[in-house]
Amino acid sequence: MTSSDVYDETSIATVEDPASADVAGNAAGAAPVAAQGTLGREAAGSGPELEDEALALPDQGGQGSSHAAASRADRLRSFERGDHSTPSSKIEEWRFTPLRRFAPLFEDVAGEAAVEVTVSRPEGAAAESTLGAGEAPRGTVLVPEDLPTAIASARTEQALHLVAPKNTELAEPFRVQSVGQGAELRGHGHVVLETQESSAATFVLNHTGSAQYVQNVEMVVGDNSQMTVITLQDWDDDALHIATHHARVGRDAKLKHIAVSLGGSAVRVNTIGEFSAPGGEIEDLGLYFSDENQFLEHRLFVDHAAPNCTSNVAYKGALQGQKARSVWVGDVLIRKAAEGTNTYELNRNLVLTEGARADSVPNLEIETGEIEGAGHAAATGRFDDEQLFYLRARGIPEQEARRLVVRGFFAELIQQIDVPEIREHLFASIETELARSMN
Amino acid sequence: MSVLEIKNLHATVETPEGTKQILKGVDLTIRGGETHAIMGPNGSGKSTLAYALAGHPKYEITEGSVTLDGEDVLEMSVDERARAGLFLAMQYPVEVPGVTVSNFLRTAKTAIDGEAPSLRTWVKDVKGAMDDLRMDPAFAERNVNEGFSGGEKKRHEILQMQLIKPSMAILDETDSGLDVDALRIVSDGVNRAKENTDVGIMLITHYTRILRYVKPDFVHVFVNGRIAEQGGPELAEQLESEGYDRFLAAAN
Ligand SMILES: Nc1ncnc2c1ncn2[C@@H]1O[C@H](COP(=O)(O)OP(=O)(O)O)[C@@H](O)[C@H]1O
Ligand SMILES: [Mg+2]
Repeated sequence: MTSSDVYDETSIATVEDPASADVAGNAAGAAPVAAQGTLGREAAGSGPELEDEALALPDQGGQGSSHAAASRADRLRSFERGDHSTPSSKIEEWRFTPLRRFAPLFEDVAGEAAVEVTVSRPEGAAAESTLGAGEAPRGTVLVPEDLPTAIASARTEQALHLVAPKNTELAEPFRVQSVGQGAELRGHGHVVLETQESSAATFVLNHTGSAQYVQNVEMVVGDNSQMTVITLQDWDDDALHIATHHARVGRDAKLKHIAVSLGGSAVRVNTIGEFSAPGGEIEDLGLYFSDENQFLEHRLFVDHAAPNCTSNVAYKGALQGQKARSVWVGDVLIRKAAEGTNTYELNRNLVLTEGARADSVPNLEIETGEIEGAGHAAATGRFDDEQLFYLRARGIPEQEARRLVVRGFFAELIQQIDVPEIREHLFASIETELARSMN
Repeated sequence: MSVLEIKNLHATVETPEGTKQILKGVDLTIRGGETHAIMGPNGSGKSTLAYALAGHPKYEITEGSVTLDGEDVLEMSVDERARAGLFLAMQYPVEVPGVTVSNFLRTAKTAIDGEAPSLRTWVKDVKGAMDDLRMDPAFAERNVNEGFSGGEKKRHEILQMQLIKPSMAILDETDSGLDVDALRIVSDGVNRAKENTDVGIMLITHYTRILRYVKPDFVHVFVNGRIAEQGGPELAEQLESEGYDRFLAAAN
């Protein structure tokens, strides 16, 4: 298959309530599409401007907008805090983020006991251990790409190290319960998750309470191993959270990464996955529900640096209430060496009320022509009055009608979470979120 | 026996050009067991009448009254009207992503009856009704109206009518765009509902063809927001040969 058989464009769909937009494409030479919709009352002025499509093909170079002209591969990585500039809306990776709100997390200060962490290890796990700075495997995968990540890296003396030893399959998950101790408390964290060769394990990271928390999660997915990571942002309403998750996936290994963001005032989760050897697989799933005044951002980067690897990204979000915001940016880079790559990414948003806004930017960069398949789809739809009318005309009360649609929207994704109690928790959380807005 | 009484109904809609009067004094009484055909040219306000009765928020009632068995329909919310026995088969049914037909039907039935149907009979009823309408069982697992063909959407509307068992059903151009086979299947469905229940039917149509399959007791010619003439089935035959021209000329 050649590069002309895939569609490969950068497009952005920004939707404010009454508008609806689709960005989608399929293999087989679909023409580049850039759909945008900003029919909302506040369409002009607020937030970032819409970007035109930007193509990044090996033979065409980076034409298009200045934003996407630089390859995702060129981003600076360094442990030195001084190497990173303070986030500003002029920098591509921060342009959607409410910087004033996150400002406390950009200050390089010592952490307090902001988060109480409890760990439970399943039977068969390696003994409890921690890693100091520069103590491998800490720092072998996650090298900070931005200031808060560099601060958290430098300011975390001992990182938690959770290991599934070689050739062991752990039936029960590791659980890391982080409870924020107060919205005014600033904290850092770094955790290293490791599945050694031919092992299998699930790690559940749960976040509740409130804090100002910057967190690094480093994932070392050993050859032929299987790692599942589920991170739940179930914070109280006033928490601030920036998390960087960075994985390296070994030969024939599989990573399933699931991010669920329901709580917090402002949450930004940046998930990076790279393949170091052939035969790897990454599945990045995500679910978010943004309420009034809540900001939830998910950034993904899948770096296909090795041949014959597969990646699949699927994120779904619902938004309701005034100033509910979500941002989803999905970068996929298929490097020259990554022949036989298969990748697909999808983001869908459901805007339930007026005054909410979802931004969605899929971004596919292809440096080799010899790939299996590549595609993306992003769509933001509005839960509209006609749907509501149709359901109500069948006797279904309004609140139940909304619940039906939202549950249905998320169900397919939730079914893919292998831990039953988390599935149930999520269905219950969605009900709570909905009930909140209905009163 | 149910009675739907519409008196001097006026309704407006907001358009970019301003408020537009669409219904201009509709008078109509439908009793349980009766079938009334409402026939009229495109744009005469037939769908507006249907939507106004069902309570669509776009249409504002400016004058007149509607009662079902003496109860004031206009005071009821959309879902209350449905629970009171009113059913609207829509001309353009709406897609509901993420909600399967089976889930939708069960939720609607539960809402209408005020209690969940007994599982065993419900599964049987749904299967039977789907068989009647020549709907593939796989249909139940598809999302409501998503990717349905025109005919599938209409059959799905009649399926709902069959299961919900309303006392008053408004069928808005359920026949439009169907081929003869699909029309026959849908008409059979309507006739079954007539046989098995005491439903009153407002059969809105643009074409006379469906009246060969569903026999009306009364025919009303709807022009320019009101009923221009009414009669028995013979009026439909007259319309079939003469068209709406005479009424249009009279209305203008
Ligand atoms: N929501 C609406 N907005 C603007 N105009 C409408 C709306 N609904 C109906 N109309 C107008 O009202 C008139 C009657 O429409 P409709 O009730 O759909 O007629 P029919 O069903 O008989 O074809 C038409 O002129 C139509 O354009
Ligand atoms: Mg119509």
